[in-house]
Amino acid sequence: MLETWFLFQRNLSAFWRAFRRNRMGMAGAVLLLSAVLVALFAPLLSPYEPTTVIRDPSGRGLTFAPPSVHGPLGTDDAGRDVWTQLVYGARISLLVGFLAGLIAMFIGSLLGILAGYFGGWLDMLLMRVTDVLLVIPDLPLMLVLVATLRQMELKISPLVVLILVIGLLYWTSTARLVRSQVLSIKERQFVARARAIGAGHVHIIRKHIVPQILPLIVANTVLILSTAILVESGLAFLGLGDPTQPSWGTMLNFAFDRNAISNGAWWFYLPPGLAIVWVSLGCVLLGNVLEEMLNPRLTAHHLEGEASVRPAGEETLHE
Amino acid sequence: MSRGGMLGRKVLFSLLTIFVVLVINFVLFRVLPGDPVRAVIGRNVKLSAEAQQTLREQFGLDKPIFPDQFLDTLGQWARGNLGISWSLRRPVAEILAAKLWNTLLLIGLGQVLSIVLGILLGLLAGWKRKTPFDVFALTFSLIAWATPTFWLGIILLAAGSTWLGLPTGGLVSPENVGKPLYTVLPDLARHLVLPTLTLTILYLGEYMLIMRSSILEVLSEDYILTAKAKGMTPWQVLWKHALKNAMLPIVTLIALNLGFTVSGAIYIETVFSYDGLGKLFQTALVKQDYPLLQGAFLLLAVSVIAANLLADVLYVLLDPRVKPT
Repeated sequence: MLETWFLFQRNLSAFWRAFRRNRMGMAGAVLLLSAVLVALFAPLLSPYEPTTVIRDPSGRGLTFAPPSVHGPLGTDDAGRDVWTQLVYGARISLLVGFLAGLIAMFIGSLLGILAGYFGGWLDMLLMRVTDVLLVIPDLPLMLVLVATLRQMELKISPLVVLILVIGLLYWTSTARLVRSQVLSIKERQFVARARAIGAGHVHIIRKHIVPQILPLIVANTVLILSTAILVESGLAFLGLGDPTQPSWGTMLNFAFDRNAISNGAWWFYLPPGLAIVWVSLGCVLLGNVLEEMLNPRLTAHHLEGEASVRPAGEETLHE
Repeated sequence: MSRGGMLGRKVLFSLLTIFVVLVINFVLFRVLPGDPVRAVIGRNVKLSAEAQQTLREQFGLDKPIFPDQFLDTLGQWARGNLGISWSLRRPVAEILAAKLWNTLLLIGLGQVLSIVLGILLGLLAGWKRKTPFDVFALTFSLIAWATPTFWLGIILLAAGSTWLGLPTGGLVSPENVGKPLYTVLPDLARHLVLPTLTLTILYLGEYMLIMRSSILEVLSEDYILTAKAKGMTPWQVLWKHALKNAMLPIVTLIALNLGFTVSGAIYIETVFSYDGLGKLFQTALVKQDYPLLQGAFLLLAVSVIAANLLADVLYVLLDPRVKPT
C-alpha cells in the first residue's frame, strides 16, 4: 500500500514537472481554475445578492445602467447588478457542466471497458449505438427530450433535467476512446500473466485495466466538460434553464429577450458570453494537453484532426 | 470489401438509424401525459365522453400500442401526415414544407463559404507550417470552437446593425414580406449577410483544421517527394497531388458536420428571427407545440441521416482504395 503511494507520488511530481513546462496546458489550467475560484467565492466577490435591485436616490430601479453609472458591469433590464449575476452564474454553469460531464464520463468509461474487455455482441451493440447517436442531430434531440420531460410535470428542477439530458447523450466519444485503449491493454503480457495465475475478470479490470486508462479518462472528461458547458449555455439560451438560478446561458437568454441589444446594453450581453468562452477555452486547452501527455499512442497534436486521435488499429478491428 | 457490399451496408445502417428516430419520436409522443386525441384536436376544445370515444376508435387508440398503433403511426408519417400544429392550427407537414427552403438557403450558403474558405486557408496553414499565419489559424479555430454559436450571432447582430446599418432580423424587410423571394434579391441579400457570416466563422475553423492536418499527412508521403524530384513546382505538387488526396477527410467531415449545422441553424435563426425551420423549432419549443416540435425533429433527423448516407456513398465512390465490382 505504502509502496503504491510512493509510486503514485513520484509519477505525479514527474507529471507536474512536464506539465509546468507546457504553456498551453498551464494557460488552460489557469483559465479553468480561476472560474472555479470565482464560483466558490461568489458571495465574497459581490456585496449584493443576484436578485437585489439597485435603486437610484429617488428609489426607482436603475435599469440598463452602464458601468460608468453603477458597478463594474452596470445593471440589467430589471436593475440587478450584472457583475453579481455573472459570479453567481459561474456556480450554475460550472455545476451543470461538471455533473453532466461526470455522468457522461461514467457511462462512457463503463460501456467502453465492458465492450473492449468482453468484445462479442456487447461490443457490436455498443459500436452501433454510438454510430446511431453520432448521426442523429444532437440539439433537436435534446430539445425534444427536455420538452417531453417538462411536459411530464415530474417534480424535478430544470437544472437536473439539463444535467441528465446532456450527460446521457455525450458519452459516446469517451466510450470509443476507452474501448480502443482497453482493446490494446488486454492483449499485453501482464494481463495474460494475471489470467494464467487465475485472476478473475473483475480483478483484471480493477487492478490492471482501470489504473492504466484512468489518466486518459480524466483528460477526456476535461474535454467533455467544455462540450457540456457550451451545450448547457445553448439550451439555457433557448429558455430551458432555470430562471430562478440563472447560468451564463440564462443571462444571455434574458439579455436577448429583454432587448439588451436594441438598448445598447453591451455590458449585459458581452460578459456572460466571454465567461463561457473563457471556461470552454480553458477546458479545451487543458484537456488537449493532458490527453497528449497521457495517451501513449497519440503522437500528433489533438488539434491536428480527428484521424490522429483514433489509434491505428481501431478501424480494421471494427470493420 | 467491394463497392456494392459497402454501399449496401451504408444503406442498411441509415435505415436502421431512421427506424431508431421513428421509435424515439413515437415513444416521446406516447410518453406525453394527456390523451393523444387531445393532441389531434387541440388543447382547449371540450368534447363529450362519447365523442372522445368515437375519435379514439377512429384513430385506433383502443388497439394495443404495439404493434397496431406503432405501425399505424408509421403509415401516417409515411403518407406525410404529421398531425396538426397546436399553435398554428394547420397541418405540420404544410408548415414545415414552407420553411424548409429558407433554412436550406442559409445552411447552404454558410456551408459552401466555410468549406471553400476552410480548404484554402487550411491548405495555406499546412503549407506554411509553424509560421505566424499557421499559429494564427490554429488560434482562430480554437477560439471559434469555444465560442457559443448564439453569442457570436448576438455580437455580430449588435455590431452589424449599429455600425453597418444592416437589418436586425427577418428574411426580408416588412414591406417585402409575402412577395416571391427572387423579386426582392437585394433586400434578401442584406438580411442574409449577418446570419451567413456567423455560420461561416463558426464552421470555418473546423474545415481549416482538418484540411491542415490532412495536407500535412499527404505532404509526408513518398509520392510527393517523387513529384518534387521530377521537378514539379511547389504549386503543381500542391494542386495535382496533395489537394486531391487531402480532400477525402473533408467529405467525411461535411457529413458529420450536418448535425452541428442543424444545431447552428436553430441558434442563428433564433437570434436573427430568420423565418426557417430552426426558428420554427424554437417557437414550437416556447409555445409547447408538441406535434410541430416532433414533426420538425423527424424532418431534421431524417434529412441529416439521408445527407450522411449521401456523403458515405460519395466517399466510397471517391476513394480509390475501394474496388469497384
